[in-house]
Amino acid sequence: MTIIENLPSPQTERPIGFGRLKRKEDARFIRGKGNYLDDIRLPGMVYGAMLRSPYAHAKIVSIDTSRALAHPGVAAVVTAKDLETLGLAWMPTISYDTQAVLAGDKVRFQGQEVAFVIATDEYTANDATALIDVEYEPLPAVVNARKALDPDAPLIRDDKAGQRDNLASPTWEAGDEESTDKAFAEADTIVSRDIIYPRCHPAPLETCGMIADFNPETGQLDIYNGNQAPHAHRTVYAHVAGLAEHMIRIRTGDIGGGFGNKVPVYPGYVCAIAGSIVAGVPVKWVENRSENLMSTGFARDYVMRAEMCSKDGKVTGLRVDVIADHGAFDSTAQPTKFPAGFFHIVCGSYDLEASYVKVKAVYTNKAPGGVAYRCSFRITEAVYLVERMVDALALEMKTDPIELRMKSFIKPEQFPYETTTGWTYDSGNYAETMKVAMDIAGYEELRREQAEKRARGELMGIGVSFFTEGVGAGPRKHMDILGLAMNDGADLRVHPSGKAVVSISAQTQGQGHETTFAQIVAEELGIPPEDVQVRHGDTDRSPYGLGTYGSRSTPVSGAAVAVVSRKVRDKARQIAATMLETRAEDLAWEKGRWYVKGDPEKGVLIEEIAQYAYSGDTMPEGMEGGLDAQVIYDPPNLTYPYGAYIAVVDVDPDTAQVKVRRFIAVDDCGVRINPMVVEGQIHGGLAEGIGIALMELISFDEEGNCLNSSFMDYLIPTALECPDFELGDTETPCPHHPLGAKGVGESPNVGSPPAIVNAVIDALHETHGVDHIDMPCTPARVWAAMQGRPEPPQ
Amino acid sequence: MEVTININGQQVSRDVEPRTLLVHFIRETPGLTGTHWGCDTSNCGACVVTMDGKAVKSCTMLAAMAAGHEIRTVESLEKNGQLDPVQQGFHEKHALQCGFCTPGMLMTARALLDENPNPTEAEIRTAISGGICRCTGYKNIVAAIQWAAEHPAGERQEVQA
Repeated sequence: MTIIENLPSPQTERPIGFGRLKRKEDARFIRGKGNYLDDIRLPGMVYGAMLRSPYAHAKIVSIDTSRALAHPGVAAVVTAKDLETLGLAWMPTISYDTQAVLAGDKVRFQGQEVAFVIATDEYTANDATALIDVEYEPLPAVVNARKALDPDAPLIRDDKAGQRDNLASPTWEAGDEESTDKAFAEADTIVSRDIIYPRCHPAPLETCGMIADFNPETGQLDIYNGNQAPHAHRTVYAHVAGLAEHMIRIRTGDIGGGFGNKVPVYPGYVCAIAGSIVAGVPVKWVENRSENLMSTGFARDYVMRAEMCSKDGKVTGLRVDVIADHGAFDSTAQPTKFPAGFFHIVCGSYDLEASYVKVKAVYTNKAPGGVAYRCSFRITEAVYLVERMVDALALEMKTDPIELRMKSFIKPEQFPYETTTGWTYDSGNYAETMKVAMDIAGYEELRREQAEKRARGELMGIGVSFFTEGVGAGPRKHMDILGLAMNDGADLRVHPSGKAVVSISAQTQGQGHETTFAQIVAEELGIPPEDVQVRHGDTDRSPYGLGTYGSRSTPVSGAAVAVVSRKVRDKARQIAATMLETRAEDLAWEKGRWYVKGDPEKGVLIEEIAQYAYSGDTMPEGMEGGLDAQVIYDPPNLTYPYGAYIAVVDVDPDTAQVKVRRFIAVDDCGVRINPMVVEGQIHGGLAEGIGIALMELISFDEEGNCLNSSFMDYLIPTALECPDFELGDTETPCPHHPLGAKGVGESPNVGSPPAIVNAVIDALHETHGVDHIDMPCTPARVWAAMQGRPEPPQ
Repeated sequence: MEVTININGQQVSRDVEPRTLLVHFIRETPGLTGTHWGCDTSNCGACVVTMDGKAVKSCTMLAAMAAGHEIRTVESLEKNGQLDPVQQGFHEKHALQCGFCTPGMLMTARALLDENPNPTEAEIRTAISGGICRCTGYKNIVAAIQWAAEHPAGERQEVQA
């Protein structure tokens, strides 16, 4: 039994759904009984291993697989030539580009897939990759996005007809250039900065992998693969492999973290599928950590130039010019109509007069990706930029960064608020949330402490950020991915005993859907959450939908569950009317029970209604038996969670080590279904934000060698780098979400890096004149900035 | 080579290649898949088990090195249907999300509490700093281990799906 800390409803003594319910899924995980991909072993299964390119850019002169094929235990070695015969040498990306499944003509990034070995076990398969002889002719590599469009830059995508340079997508604009020029012309103060949001990686603790099990007799393809959008993946495989969609079944099992990394389809998956189709046995492929960091979806890599202006003490205008580094193939994860994702939310939480945004994307000899690492489609980059710029402006105006934000915020009465780049924010009371954060932090006292420490030669910084995110993509009239509407389904079946199964298309990777989604049904139907089974992670047993990323689970799938529960409740009302021999409109609802208005003693429980619905008794006129419903939820708008974050850092004057001493996060994500789960999500996102701000970087040398290809070099915060987070909350319900919820998973990752970087600059500005530093704020880079020679990340 | 290891009180023998990692031996031979593999470099701690009571990273040991020693994995924590206090604490304090690092964190916590039944927060943070969790930000893991320290016999044992 689990405990609900809410008080039972006094009338019915029934548990209500929302509250700090401990998680159902814990039962298997704390016993080591999770079922992750690598835990699955099928009879007759063979193992795949990938040979990858040592070069960032090179022609492939020849591939000789004979020695590998002769190695005992090797069943097959697949190269681009073999895939060509199957029509699988190239695959489409999420962004309408094509990506080589296995390189045939040339390699375009270090770690690119060249050959796939299938053998009796993992050790043998990996041994055999070393026996494949590939002759390369190295080519000069393009590593720096700013140099990708130089006239003498080597052409990376010579496979694409008509491609004459390294432009991946033409300039994309938002906002209005003319009115922005006017705002700048009328401004009192203007600041500009070159800001890089460097390449980093979601690095979920479980790497990516797949088991493909094709049955030649039935034509059924069973796929085991921890991915964040199983239904969309199935559609993609149907297209790529030319298989019938209804003959493909994807089961995700438990997923050891995703954070955007498990959204795309990777070449290893296609190889496993092709291998199983050809061999007729299950093929398992699980990448190692280096493969994960070197070849799968990276995040960010935005090179930005920004100007911001103010008038009469208030922010008025913003101009941004971005070069997006997509790597060798454009596989950024964005809705089709938004090649820069939702970056144009860069106007932030402020009532600007005008803004203008330009983004162009380039190819480089780096791994493809551009996934949203715990981020809603480039909002992380946007929030980082605007929050750094507001601080830069405050520095220039010699005003307190919170004061400038307070003066410039969109005011509560302005909602719904149309931004200068076209977003319609749903609801907010920004100043109140900022004040709660200041109170928890003891902001005035911190400033006094800082002044005292400065006098003693100690370096302490206080950094602020205030973010507004647009999550829960999205309305089908505005957005799709690969032509698929970004909607989610829910199917709710209440059994004769009153116990229920709800099937959803969102896909947990640790977010706790089995608990919170049961709570939604419980809240709406008045049955205990432990009586609700949440089914997901199996395309054969769940309705179609686009999965979990962009903080869309609660905003879209959670809404679907609320709506389907209400449909069931409405059906229950009709049945109750028949049972009580009255009219449906004469009935009132309380948790778990329809009763006669004016005669509360006369009523029926949802369990009684369920039993009746499946019995031989007469149903209401025209109504089918049973108590179930299904919906596809199309959100009318995005939801707009927001928050105020304050970081307190100490910088060691001798080593330049930055320590995050305190971190205060006040999130307003609307109604919280399970505050415990919400807070857990915030803690995790803050840790990742600390990682990005201080440690996490995927960098390259001039030849395109990846310098951060293991956890020895790609540094992730441990318990020693994370402070004891201090959380607060305000609650401004979303007006259009059925539960008033807004989504929260990514907010802390979005909001925390600028607070930390602003704090580092705040620590160093007065004493060392530092007014800008790029992430990650490693000791070496902070030291360089303190010496007056800040360096951009490689 | 023939390797015999005492895993969770059972003698487990298998003829393996000398290079076989302990993590693979544990996962494949008795099929105890609670011990996870997450990196190749001894950084993530998803593979932590105890050897003779001390936390070790099973990806960084050869199976042969564990021969003759007592290995305990996450599957050994629950005894006769009684959860270990660290398991209970992780549930009580919401110290897990995706669950992938959890077995390593639990075994690290068990080894810590066996040696130091009343650790300070700093001691807990140091003890688990050999592991990476991408989901929780560690705050609730620290709280869970504190809970376990305060409830050495465990309190409630009912954690059901």
